[in-house]
Amino acid sequence: MTAPFLSVEGLTRRFGETVAVDHVDLALTRGEILALLGPSGSGKTTTLRLLAGFETPDAGRVIVDGDDVTRLAPVARHFGMVFQHYALFPHLDVGQNVAFGLESLHVRGDELTRRVAEALALVDLEKFERRRISQLSGGQQQRVALARALAPEPRVLLLDEPLSNLDPSLRERTRQEIREVIRRIGITTVFVTHEQDEAFDLGDRVAVLRAGRLEQIGTPELLYAEPATPFVARFVGRSASVPVDVIGVTDRGARVRVEGVEWDVPPARDRAAPATGPAQLLVRPEALWLVPAASGALAGTIESRRFTGTGSAYGVRTWGGAMVEVYGAAGAWTVGDRVSIVPSRRSGGGLHLYGVDA
Amino acid sequence: MKRPSSPVAWALVAILAWMVAYPLVLVLLDAFRGSQGWTLEFVRAFAAQQTEWRALWGSLWISVASVGLAAAIGVPLAFLFARYDFPGRRVLGAVVALPAVLPPLVGVLAFLFLYGESGFIAHLVRTIFRLDQAPWRLEGAGAILLVHAYSMYVYFYLFTRAGLASLDASVFEAAASLGAGRWRTFRYVVLPLLRPSLTGAALLTFMTSLASFSAPYIFGGGFRVMTTQIIATRLNGNDSLAMVETVSLTLLALLALWLLQRSDAEETAGAAGKGVAPERARVASPAGRVALAALSWSLALVLLLPHLTLLLVSFVPIGTWTNEALPPAYTIANYATLVQDPVRARPLVNSLWMASAATAAAVALSIAAGVFSVRQRSRGSGLIEGLLVLPWAVPGTVFAIALATAFSVASPLTLRFVLVGTLWILPLAYLVRNLPITGRAVLAGFRRLDPALDEAAATLGAGRWRTLARITLPLLRPALVAGATLAFVTAFGDFVTSIMLYTYDTRPISLEILSSLRNSDVGVAAAYGVVLMLVSGLVFTLGAERERAPTG
Repeated sequence: MTAPFLSVEGLTRRFGETVAVDHVDLALTRGEILALLGPSGSGKTTTLRLLAGFETPDAGRVIVDGDDVTRLAPVARHFGMVFQHYALFPHLDVGQNVAFGLESLHVRGDELTRRVAEALALVDLEKFERRRISQLSGGQQQRVALARALAPEPRVLLLDEPLSNLDPSLRERTRQEIREVIRRIGITTVFVTHEQDEAFDLGDRVAVLRAGRLEQIGTPELLYAEPATPFVARFVGRSASVPVDVIGVTDRGARVRVEGVEWDVPPARDRAAPATGPAQLLVRPEALWLVPAASGALAGTIESRRFTGTGSAYGVRTWGGAMVEVYGAAGAWTVGDRVSIVPSRRSGGGLHLYGVDA
Repeated sequence: MKRPSSPVAWALVAILAWMVAYPLVLVLLDAFRGSQGWTLEFVRAFAAQQTEWRALWGSLWISVASVGLAAAIGVPLAFLFARYDFPGRRVLGAVVALPAVLPPLVGVLAFLFLYGESGFIAHLVRTIFRLDQAPWRLEGAGAILLVHAYSMYVYFYLFTRAGLASLDASVFEAAASLGAGRWRTFRYVVLPLLRPSLTGAALLTFMTSLASFSAPYIFGGGFRVMTTQIIATRLNGNDSLAMVETVSLTLLALLALWLLQRSDAEETAGAAGKGVAPERARVASPAGRVALAALSWSLALVLLLPHLTLLLVSFVPIGTWTNEALPPAYTIANYATLVQDPVRARPLVNSLWMASAATAAAVALSIAAGVFSVRQRSRGSGLIEGLLVLPWAVPGTVFAIALATAFSVASPLTLRFVLVGTLWILPLAYLVRNLPITGRAVLAGFRRLDPALDEAAATLGAGRWRTLARITLPLLRPALVAGATLAFVTAFGDFVTSIMLYTYDTRPISLEILSSLRNSDVGVAAAYGVVLMLVSGLVFTLGAERERAPTG
C-alpha cells in the first residue's frame, strides 16, 4: 500500500465532559473518497471541522502529503469545503463567489477570468456567472458551492452533509454530478453523511462513527458483508438481533442454539467468534427463508407485511419473542400465518455472531 | 464554546467601561461623599424635601400617563392601517410614523408655535373672538403630556403594526372556524398574541418619557419632573444633591429596563411560527371608503400641522406677525442669516461635525463589539453587550451630569481628564448616548449572519481583515446604515446632554434655537428647527433608500 496522502492519527476533541471525537485514525490515499457515516452526535461533523481547522484537537495529528497541519489555521490549510447550507456569499454573484478563493491566492486578470470559467464549466454552470445567488435553485447553489471550493485547487475537499438540503428527488442526480466532478479532478475527499445510501454511492471507503469512536472503516461491500460490530450491522443495511447460545466453535464457524433449534454460523473474516455461552446473532433479512410451519425449525408468526416492489418484507415474531425481518415472495404469507424460519441455504452470509455486550 | 479573549477584546471592554460605566460610578460615589468622607447627609436632605418627592412623583405619573395616552392613540391607529385598505394608506402610514424621527426639541418648538399662547391657534381664536389674550397657556403637566402623547404614540403604532404583521392569518381562520366572533377573536386571540409587542411599547414609552427633558424644560413652568429638577439643582450649585437626584432617577430607569428585558425574554419564548400575514380588508361601501379616507387625511393634517406651522413661522420677518390670523409678510431672511452670519452658521457646523464624529465612533465601536462578542464569542462578551446597552437605560440628563462630573477633573492616574469646556466633551457625550442605538442594530446584524460564511471565507484563504472587508461589512450594511442614521439624527438634534456640556464654541443647533427663542428671535429659531427637521428627514430617507437597495 502506498503512503497515505491524508492521515489522521489519534484525533481527539472534548467539549467539557463529552468526548466528541475519540482517538480517531484515518488514512486516505491520494484521490480517495472517504465517507464519514454515523448518526447525529457520532462526531462525524466535529471530525470534519477538525480536518478543516475550525476546531482544535485536544490530541492527535492531521497530516497532508507529509505536512503536519494540525496547528494550522483554516486559512493556511488550503482545503476546500462545501458547507451544509452552502454558505455562499449572498451579496456576491456566482462568478464573484467562485473568484473569492482565487483572489486570496492573488490570481488576477485573465487568469482569474479563465479559472472562474473553468470551475463553473466543471459543474455545468457556464452561463450563470453573473447570476445572483438568490436566483439559483438549491441544486445550482450546491454546484456553485462545489465550484467555489474547487476553484483554488485545494489539496483536500471536505463536504458537510452535501445533499441534506436538497429535495429527495434531486439528491440522486446531484450525487452523481458530485461523484463525476470529484472523480474527474481526482481530489482527495472526505464527506460527512448520515445516509447509508449516500455513503455507499459516493465513498470509496466508509468510516462508521459511533459516539466519537471509529467503529469500522472499509469498502461498502466489506461493511455490509463483515460488520465488525453489531452497531455497524444495524446501521449499515437492515438486520435484527436474536439472542442465541454458542454451543461449539470450529474453524468452519460456530454452532449456535436459537430457541432450541441449532444453526451454523459461518466464521467472520477478521474477528474470532465469541466463546461458548450466551451471544447475539445479527440477522439480515435475506439470510433467512420462511417455510410452512414444521417441527424442528425455528417457529414464528407473521406480524407485519411490507411490499418492497420485488417481493415483501415480513416481520416475524419468533416463538421465543424475538422479532426478525425476512424477505419473501409478495403475497406468500399473510399476517397471522404460522411459519418456520430457516437459514437461507444459498449463502450462509448475513448471519453475524457477536458477544452479548459487543 | 468560549474562546480565550484577545487583549484587544479586553481593551474594548476597558474603553467602554471608561466611557459608560465609570462616570456613572463616580456620580454614585459623589452622592454619598461629603467633605468629611462618606455620608448620608445628601440622601437625608433629598428625602426631607417635599419638592424632591414631588419631582420624582411627577416623573412617575407623567410617564405612566404618557404610556396610557400614547397607547390610546397608537394602537387603534395601527389596527386601522394594518387591517383596512383605503386610498393613500401607504403615504399616510409613513406620515404617521414621522414624529418619532424628529428631534424632541423640534416637536416642542412646533407645538409652541401652533398651540402656544402666542401661537397660530391662539391667533386664530383671538381674531375670531376678538380677545386681548389667548384663553389658555401652554404650560404645566397638561402641555407636557400633550407633547409626549404626540411624539410617543409612534412606539405603540410601530410595535403594534409589527406584532400584527407577524400574526399568521391561519390564527384568525382557526378562531373563525371555532365560531369566535370578531370581539372574541380580538379579546382572546389577537390581544394575547400582541401582548409582548404592547408591553415592549409601553416600557419604551415609559423610559422615553422618564428621560424626557425638552418638553418639561420648555413647557413645565412651575411643574417639575426629575430631569428638570436635576438641572435646576445643579444650576443652584448644589452638586451633591443633584447627584442624589441623579441616582434616584437612574434607579427608577433601571427598574423599568429590568422589566423591559423580562418582557423581551417572554417575547422570544412565546413567538408564534411565522406564516402568511392576514390580508387587509378592503372597505366595500363607497361611503365607508370616503369616511375612512377623510378620517385618515384629517388625522395626517393634525399630525403635520405643528411642523407646517414651524415651516410657516420660519418665513416670518421678525416682529411682523402680531394680530393677524396669518402672517402679513414673508421673507427668507431667517434662512439667509443662518448662511451669511458666521456666528449664526456656527451651530450648524458644530452639530454636523460633532454628530458625524460621534456616529462614526459609535459605528466603529459597535463593529468591534460585534466581532468580539458575537463572532468570536470571547469571554467578556456579556460585559461588552451590557456596557453597550447601559446608556439606553440611563436618562440623558443623568449621563450629562455623570460626564460633567467625571471629566472636569484632571487626574490622569484615575483616568479622569478635563474634557468639559473642550471640543471633545460633546462628541463624547453623543457617542455614549449613541452606543445603545448603533450597538443594538449592529449586534442584531451580526447575529443574523451565518457563521459558516466566515468559515467559508477562511477555507477560501481569506484572512481576518479581508473577510471583514469583503464579507462581513457588506452583509452588515443594512444594519450599519440603520444604526448610523438613527445615531446621527439623535446626536444632531440632541438637547438634553448639550445643555449641560456645551460651550460657546461648541454650541449645537438645539441651544441656538433656545437662545433665539429667549431673544424672541422666533423666525431664526423656527428656521433652525426646520433645518433640524430637514436634515433628520433627509438622513432617514437616504438611509431607508440604501437599505432598500438590492443586496442579494
